[in-house]
Amino acid sequence: MEMSTLILAALAKILFIIAIVVGVFAPLLVWAERRQSAMIQDRVGPVRAHIPVPKSVVDFANSTLGLLRLGVVGCFGLAGITLLYFGIRAGGSAIGLWEFSTDYAEALILMFIGLGVLGFFSSLGYKAHSALVDSARHTKDGSGKITVLGLLHPVADALKMIFKEDFVPPKGDKLLHGLAPIVTVIPAIVAFAVIPFGDIMHLDHLGAVTLAGHAFDWETFELARTMSGSEFAAFADANIASAATLGAEAIPLQIASLDVGVLFLFAVASTGVIGAAIGGYASDNKYSLMGGIRAASQMVSYEVALGLTIVPCFMLYDSLRLEEMVAWQMEHVWGIFVPMLTFGSILYSFAAIAETKRVPFDLPEGESELVGGYLTEYSGLKFGMFFTGEFVEVAALAMIFVALFLGGWDAPFLYSYGLNLPFDWTLTIPMTSWEIGDTILLSHWVVVLLQVGIFLVKTVLLIWAQLMIRWSLPRFRYDQIMALCWKGLLPLALVNILITGVILLIMG
Amino acid sequence: MFAIYLPVLLLIIVATLVAVGMFTGTSVAGPKNPTPEKMLPYESGSNTTGASHLRQSVKFYLTAILFVVFDIEAVFLYPWSSLFRDLGWFGFVEMLAFLVILGTTLLYAWKKGALEWET
Repeated sequence: MEMSTLILAALAKILFIIAIVVGVFAPLLVWAERRQSAMIQDRVGPVRAHIPVPKSVVDFANSTLGLLRLGVVGCFGLAGITLLYFGIRAGGSAIGLWEFSTDYAEALILMFIGLGVLGFFSSLGYKAHSALVDSARHTKDGSGKITVLGLLHPVADALKMIFKEDFVPPKGDKLLHGLAPIVTVIPAIVAFAVIPFGDIMHLDHLGAVTLAGHAFDWETFELARTMSGSEFAAFADANIASAATLGAEAIPLQIASLDVGVLFLFAVASTGVIGAAIGGYASDNKYSLMGGIRAASQMVSYEVALGLTIVPCFMLYDSLRLEEMVAWQMEHVWGIFVPMLTFGSILYSFAAIAETKRVPFDLPEGESELVGGYLTEYSGLKFGMFFTGEFVEVAALAMIFVALFLGGWDAPFLYSYGLNLPFDWTLTIPMTSWEIGDTILLSHWVVVLLQVGIFLVKTVLLIWAQLMIRWSLPRFRYDQIMALCWKGLLPLALVNILITGVILLIMG
Repeated sequence: MFAIYLPVLLLIIVATLVAVGMFTGTSVAGPKNPTPEKMLPYESGSNTTGASHLRQSVKFYLTAILFVVFDIEAVFLYPWSSLFRDLGWFGFVEMLAFLVILGTTLLYAWKKGALEWET
């Protein structure tokens, strides 16, 4: 490919990753954390950030409430009547009372689905309108507010941080104090370079169906639409000669495909410790120094453990490239179902939470003993940058977990040509001519989108699980943290490596 | 080689721009209103005494040394593990010798009390 295409593709992927991580994951995390802590403390949660709505709009919403209510009742009522009518007609035709044509049945089903969707959306609208009217009930001037479930709160947080006073300790080391948040954010983002978030995308065959390195056009496959799995395989084999070969404009959905792979990732991510350490050192504050030293000590310790817990993965997958590891898992089985790696994944989760310095391992910023740890003398967005770095690191480690143990973008029954459900069957919907087969073909771009979506959903679920841990467990003591790493995770990881080696060599 | 690492370079540039952008944003947009009280180190309201750079426990230093030893071990293990199947039993035994030496190191450090924080 040409250099300009390469640069453009790389920039597009970089912007996508940053948009997803900084624009979706970080706000989602902030929101979910606030929501969950509010639920634990019996509060309503993050709803103070809102869009103000003037009285005239509230009055208008109030006047449309009746109409919307009518819409909801009407849609669902009509849908019910349609279903009832369909049942009567179908039942009648079954016992031979009257004719019931296929076209008529299809129209009725479409009408039922349409009315149901309309009813669903009008009930959402009704809910939003009544929430707005309710919010105006307690104000003197009749104006209301829209809180959007508190989703505006992360945005408000970021804006608030930008406009806070920027504090630099006068006796501290001003250069290092400013440098610390920057060197925290940069490696956290650069770590995404080798993480694959999707399979190879073929730009010149986006509309085609891809299978076994070939692209079939839809005209060929229109015939195969309702075929069952075995029929489909034979059909694809017969037509493979007429298909185009893939590979001319292949773009891997990964910023850089390096042969050192994971090694690069840990090399970059481990420099994140510098930010916390010099931040604590430069702040001219006893608590900061204590927090910085704790952070440095904890992060370097767990970095060793983190690096060793995933060595069995390289031995099994026979590669350091994350995309090849995912390919291995797509071909065989997800890593977490291989016994040695199940154990490794548990060790990895411990080490990953500790590496990101989050509860129950948040000793460096433990507010009950160290005020704010190394963050004490930071304010405004510089304070926010440490948290951006932390969130980005959480997302990165979750993505690595997904790629190493959860099969990356792999999902059951999803193949490069679409869905292939188990068993051979074709289902005809009663009274209609519609058929569904166990093979559901999808265009290449749909498959790519699905795979990226699956990868991101797995990551979000892992992050959410980590949040649950964060709000469920109390903080450890520092000596317990260090003992867990040096006396627990490290020896166990080494033993796991040896056992994996013996098993792999015996099994060949 | 250059084409492979070019995206990494681009990512580093973008990440630097993001970080520097956030940094300058908050430095420029925030109000500046320093008062003598605000400029003091924050210690939950009490006045600070003595130097801010206290002497710290020697345990942190020991941890740093242990980190150097075991991180290099991890770096040795990575290439070996990715070539594990090609090296076979021979490579495994070689690495076993290396791991036993390091395991002994860990045990020695353990016995000597380098991993104890209670005292």
